[in-house]
Formats: sequence, C-alpha cells, structure tokens
Amino acid sequence: MGAEVTVRFTVNGRERSVATDPDRTLLDVLREDLELRGAKHGCGEGICGACSVLVDGRRMNACRTAVAKAAGRSVVTIEGLADGDELHPVQRAFLELGAFQCGFCTPGMIVSAVALLDANPAPSDEEIVAGMDRNICRCCSHPRIVKAVRRAVELAEGGAR
Amino acid sequence: MKPRDDWKAAALQAAGVPADYDEPVDVVPYRFDGPTLSEPDRRDVLKVLGAGLMIAVAADAAAGRATGEEPPRRGRGGPGGRGAASVAARVHLGEDGTGTVLTGKVECGQGARAELAQAAAEELRVPFDAVRLVMGDTDSVPDDGGTYGSLTTPMTVPAVRLGCASARALLVAAAARRWGVDASEVVVAEGKASAGSKPGESLAYAEMARDPDAARAMSATLPERVELASADAWKTMGTSIPKPTGRSIVTGTHEYPSDVVRPGMLYGRVLRAPSYGATLKSVDLAPARSMPGVVVARDGPFVGVAAPTSAKAAEALAAIAKTAEWDVPPPKTSSAALFDHLRANAQGGLPDRPPHEEGAKALRASYEVSYIQHCPMETRVAVAEWEGDRLTVWVGTQVPFNVRGETARAFGLAEDRVRVVVPDFGGGFGGKHSGEYAVEAARLAKEAGKPTRVAWTRAEEFAWAQFRPAGAIEMEASLDADGAIATWRHINVNSGPGSVRTPYRVGKSDCRFLPSDAPLRHGSYRALASTANTFAREAFMDELAALAGADPLAFRLGLIAEPRLRDALAEAASRFGWEGRSKAREPGKGVGLACGLDKGGFVACCVAVTVDEAEGRVKVDHVCEVFECGKVINPDNLRAQVEGAVVMGLGPALFEAVEFADGMVTNGSFRDYRVPRFADLPAIEVHPLDRPDLPSAGAGETPIIAVAPAIANAVAAATGRRCRSMPLRLEPRA
Repeated sequence: MGAEVTVRFTVNGRERSVATDPDRTLLDVLREDLELRGAKHGCGEGICGACSVLVDGRRMNACRTAVAKAAGRSVVTIEGLADGDELHPVQRAFLELGAFQCGFCTPGMIVSAVALLDANPAPSDEEIVAGMDRNICRCCSHPRIVKAVRRAVELAEGGAR
Repeated sequence: MKPRDDWKAAALQAAGVPADYDEPVDVVPYRFDGPTLSEPDRRDVLKVLGAGLMIAVAADAAAGRATGEEPPRRGRGGPGGRGAASVAARVHLGEDGTGTVLTGKVECGQGARAELAQAAAEELRVPFDAVRLVMGDTDSVPDDGGTYGSLTTPMTVPAVRLGCASARALLVAAAARRWGVDASEVVVAEGKASAGSKPGESLAYAEMARDPDAARAMSATLPERVELASADAWKTMGTSIPKPTGRSIVTGTHEYPSDVVRPGMLYGRVLRAPSYGATLKSVDLAPARSMPGVVVARDGPFVGVAAPTSAKAAEALAAIAKTAEWDVPPPKTSSAALFDHLRANAQGGLPDRPPHEEGAKALRASYEVSYIQHCPMETRVAVAEWEGDRLTVWVGTQVPFNVRGETARAFGLAEDRVRVVVPDFGGGFGGKHSGEYAVEAARLAKEAGKPTRVAWTRAEEFAWAQFRPAGAIEMEASLDADGAIATWRHINVNSGPGSVRTPYRVGKSDCRFLPSDAPLRHGSYRALASTANTFAREAFMDELAALAGADPLAFRLGLIAEPRLRDALAEAASRFGWEGRSKAREPGKGVGLACGLDKGGFVACCVAVTVDEAEGRVKVDHVCEVFECGKVINPDNLRAQVEGAVVMGLGPALFEAVEFADGMVTNGSFRDYRVPRFADLPAIEVHPLDRPDLPSAGAGETPIIAVAPAIANAVAAATGRRCRSMPLRLEPRA
C-alpha cells in the first residue's frame, strides 16, 4: 500500500475528489469513501460481477480495479442509472419481472445488462447469455434475468425513458 | 399443551415435520473474559415503532440468562419458536392507520417478507400497502424460530394470521360495544369496521389505537379461538404480490448487512488458521500495532485487527499473519479418500449381510454425495456496536435469537443485553445458522471502542463457513416374482436422515442414517439430506426398474402409495411428454425422471440431456418440474422459488464439490468452484399445482431434491452408464 494521493474522477455525473491510497479498489472507495453502496462485494476476485460498474461506458469489476485507474474517467454505478424517479429501462424490466430473489447480485446484473444493451441494443438470447455470463446469481434467478434483459430491449425501443 | 397451541402440532404434522425438528449447526465456541454474567433487566417498552398500541413485547422477546455451556440448538418453543403470547406482541396498530407486524423470521430472498405481510393484510382486512413488517430485530419481535425447514409458511403464516385476526376481532368487539350492536353484525373491510344497521358509522384501527380498553385487550394473551379468512374468500393471500423491497433492490439502495455503516465504524479482519484444527503457537502483533489507526485484539485463540478502511485492515492482517506459527494436527482425511473414511467410521458399522434371502433377484449399489458450499452472494457480515455493556449487532443470519444467545454467551452477558438486528440479507440457503462473525465483530468493537464490521472474504466463506455434509449411501433391494420390491435397504452415512424413508410400497425395509467422523464443519443446506437421499433412492429405483424390465415411470406409479406424489409425477410426465420421448433413441441424448417429497411438498422432475461421451460432458437441455405444496399463497413467488431451486440444483448435480487436502479447502474460489451460470441454463418449465383444499406448506427446499436424480437417470439413459455420484462424474469414453 502506498502513500495517499488525490484521485479525481466523475461518479454518476458528479466530479469527485478522493484522498486515498491509490492501490485501494474502486469498489472500496465507492462504498467506504463516497457512500455509494449499491455496487456489492461478492468475491473480490473479479468473477461474480456483483461489483460491476461502468467506467467510460465499459463494464468493469470494481473489486479488481485500482481506484487510480479511474482517475480522469467517468464512473457510473447502479445509483446513477435512474433519471430522478424515472427508472432506467433495465431497472424497470427487472422490477416488472421480479428478476431477483435476495437482490444482492442485482445491481451488478443491471449494470452488466446496461453495458450489454449499450453495445448491442437487440441481442439474441445467445448474446444475452454470453453477455451476462460474467455475473453470478446464487438464488438462481437466471431465467427471469434473461427475460428481463429481453423486456428491457422492448422498453428501450418504446422510448421508455 | 394449551389449546391455543394445538394448531402448531397440527401444522407441523401437515407439513411433514417432526415436533422436535432441528437443523444441524456446528457453533464456534468463542468464550471471552468478561464481566460475570450480567443480570437480565427487562425493558418493557419499545421506542422504535411510534405511537399507538404497543405493549410488553419484551416479556416475549427478552430472554433469561445465558448460563449453559452448550448453546440451545434452537429457539425455545420448538421449530416454530415461542411465538407471540399476546396480540400486541404480534401486531402494533398505529394511530396513522398502519399495522406493524412483528416477526422473528427473516428475509434472504425467499419471499417471507411479502408472504407474511400478505397474511397480515388478509386477516386485518387492510390493503397490502398498509402493513409494515419488522423482521428479525430481537428487541421488538417474538421468537418465531429460525428461518429454515420451510417452516415460515406452515408455522409463521398461521401465527401471523392468528395475531392479526385477533386484532380484527378486537376492532369488531370495540365497534359492537360502541354502537350497541351484535358483533356478528360488524364487518371489517379496508381497515374499518362498519355495521349494516349503523349507516355512516365506522371505526378504524387508527381510532382503536387511541382507546385504552383496546390497549388492555391487545396485551392480554391471544384468544383461544379466532376465525381466520377461508381460502375461497382470500383477497391478498393467494395473489402474486411482488417483493415490497423491489424498487430499492433495482436502484441499489436496499440496505443489506454489508451496507450498514455506523458512526466511526472500523473494518475488521480475523486471523484464520492455515488448516482445520491448527492452534496458534505464536504471533507478533507489533507490525499491525505500529500502523496508524489500526486496532489489534488477541484474546485466547482469537486474533483480529480493525482499521479505518478494509484495505488497511487487510494490510494489517497480512502483516501479522506472516509472523504466525501454528501447531498443525494431522488431517483426518482428504476429499480423495473421503468416502472410504466416512464408510469406515459409520457409527454402529454398515450391515454385513444383505436384507434378502440368498438367490433373490437383487441389486446393491453405493452412492456418493460430495461436500458443497452454499456460497451466498453476500458473505457472512456483521456490524457490532457497544453502548456500555449493551451490544447491538446487525447481522445476516437465519437464526436471530440463536445468534443473540451465542453472542451473549461469548461475552458472559444476559441475553437481553444483546440486540440482534437482521436486515434483509443476501442469501442463506441453510448456511447462515450460526453467529461467530457477530461475535468476531463484537470482540473487535470492544477492543476498538468503536463500532466494527466484520465481512468474511469469499475465501473465508469457502473455507470456514459450514458445509453441506458429504454422504456415502448404501442401497440394496430385491424383487419378488411379481416385480414388486420385497426387501429395501437405504443407509445414509454422514449426510443426514431427511427423506431416508421410501415413499414406495416395499416389503421388509431398513432405512437409517448413520453419523460418521465428519472431517469438515458441516451443517444445514437447502433441503439438506433430502437431496442426497432422494438422489440415491430415485437413481436406484431406475436401476431396479431396469432389473424388473419396467419403464421407470410405470414402475414408480405402480408402487407409490401417496396420491399427492403420484399426481405430481403423473403431471410432470404428461407435461414433459414422457411416453413418446422416453422411447425415442437418439445418440447422446436421454431423458430421466425422479420424484420425492419432503416438508409437506411433493415434487416430480423430468429432464432431457445431451451427453458428449468423448469429453465426459453433460448438458441439461430441458427441465420440466411439477411442485405441489397445498394452497398457494403467492403464485409468482412460488414459481420463483421453484425455478431457482431447479437452477441451483444443477450445480451439485453436475459440478459442485468442495475439494480438500492437508486440512484445508483447495478449490475455495468462484474460479475453481463452479456454480450454475447463465451458460448452464436449460429450457425450464415449472408447473406449480394449487390445492386450495390443503394447508399451505413451504416451497424453499423440496423443489431442489428431484433435479439431480432426474439428471443422473437421463445420463444413464443416454449412455447406458450409471453414475452414482453427486456431482456426476462421467469419465470420458476412450
């Protein structure tokens, strides 16, 4: 662990500046310093996807990303997806289909689905499975999550936002 | 038994759960030097619920002294807990018209929050949104037993209904008194009492909340008889109410135990041994102590650190872990030698002769079920905060009252000095049955003089959480001249007695569980041993059907005595198209079926698989499952539970197995321990059967038990080779 530095980046559209050891993970800084606790610690190994956030639009595992890597970039977390009270189509779809049980993986699932649909607005079922396969759900709501991603496509096409 | 408790025995019986039902747990016996046991001081009034009718919960929820060396294995009062003694202990009627229902049950994804609030809304006759539910806060809720054993539906739903129906009866009585009419004339709807002969008059719960007579009645013991809403008149129960926490879940604002933050809170870590049973010889704490802001605690075998960030805590722990020296005992066994070890140490020994006469048409087979981990997405997390000798712990656990006792014992406190609060947490699956992480957080918080959080890492979760026990299962049976089962033997070594008895008509039967010398810390798991025993039984039934020259479906249907099980199996076979599909012969493809019952639920599962024999790979293509658990309370949540059980069941059936050697897990990460993922998804059909004429049973567990044997049977059909292990190990065919 190194000495503290000041890391500046944008989180959910807001400029943030954090004095921190630059080796700390982006996830720890989001949760412990910036009070954004929507992204979860699931494994710390970059395998389960519960910590998924968007960094410059790309899905990243925040638990394996040093905060220094986020310097100067734009980070979007689950808290940044809704527009005021208006949910993102992916959030609406998950809610509508009840695509969660305990919900602990849900923020990561939703962020991953947003990244998937940003890159591919009309994915096939195979592409949904491939795109979501870096996220684990232990309650095993996978069938509903696939349906929710499909539904999100419909909602987005309908100009849902 | 008092008359008002009669329903509990009946409910347990209907749910197929013995009155002394308990789930295994292996508690870490932390004991810290503390004050001599403090005296209980009963606090009678709660402050958390606001104004209104609210009395004397402490008399129910608070506890005696934590004196015993051995923790009570379950909450007092049997599998359903002691419950609420008064209406007030179950429901708080607010002056704002809300009903706050109190329960010791907890929510970890299974849907108890919606279901119990539905039960309350139904009996109070208020809209669902007018009910608030306080779950798992030991200072304010009655002890409803652990959240396990599929018992929320058969035990806690009726308990909540009784409490709320009693509150409704009080409203009716108050209205009848006020208007001078007969109580039978008073009806309650939308939270208000009215009477046909008193047009324009109404009495709401909110008004009753200000009535001192009503307050007295609320605090009296629950009435012996109270009328419950009949299923055909249900308005809220029986409907698909979504999870009340849904919006907070999809926006990331739901507060899980790991999201609890207290003022000045530190992040704690605990030093773990390099292998099971290792004892600490020496450790140098100085490297951590010299770090600014780091607190170090050593107390007997416990060593831990706390720091202002989790990264700093990890750094401090690593610094002292390097210096630790351990006495390491020889390991009992390894996963490679596990099943021989279990069989060799079976208590009382395995039978040495067959149950049938020599020369009978008979079969014998050994099945093996590996250790697995629950690996809930949220690891074990607790936040502890001391205020003098009072302790509050926010913790993800299925057993809040047991954790209160466990924590109190560790510090020599009376139980009522400890408050356990369980926020809706990130998955349990029968794994979160103990409170050592709450104790660890509390010990560090005591050292630091600040609130402290302990969140287990994923590696700790894999190595130190309780495992679902492995089992060696010995099956033996013989057929008579008519193809009926003349003798039947089913011996489960180590994994448990659940579903060890066969639901098929058999002649002489010998079904037993033999404990063994378990090398790993084991405890419960979703459906626990029912999965292992149903796997062995249902796979063996296919082997017997082959011996009898019978179709697996016809063979079973001819031998099932229980009509509900037969209905489920026939329905699944018909929906799946068993008749046609079981006769189709396509290389590398096969279909299989299995059925079973446990805890008042009846399940049947048909699957289709594709097997790549060269690679030894199995792909499950299609699962069709029928599940029946009496009257359905929340159809959509039931469907979610069954779908989840089917997908979760793929893991232990196909690839989950904890490997261990030299006294430590060797595949303790999601990289090495594979759980079901999107790419593993088959096409899944779930058909819940509603039986409005039957009492409602739980659905969290039983839907998982038939998945693995149906897959094993399908693989055998596809390959002609019988795999007798969970997970299925299909050696590549050369």
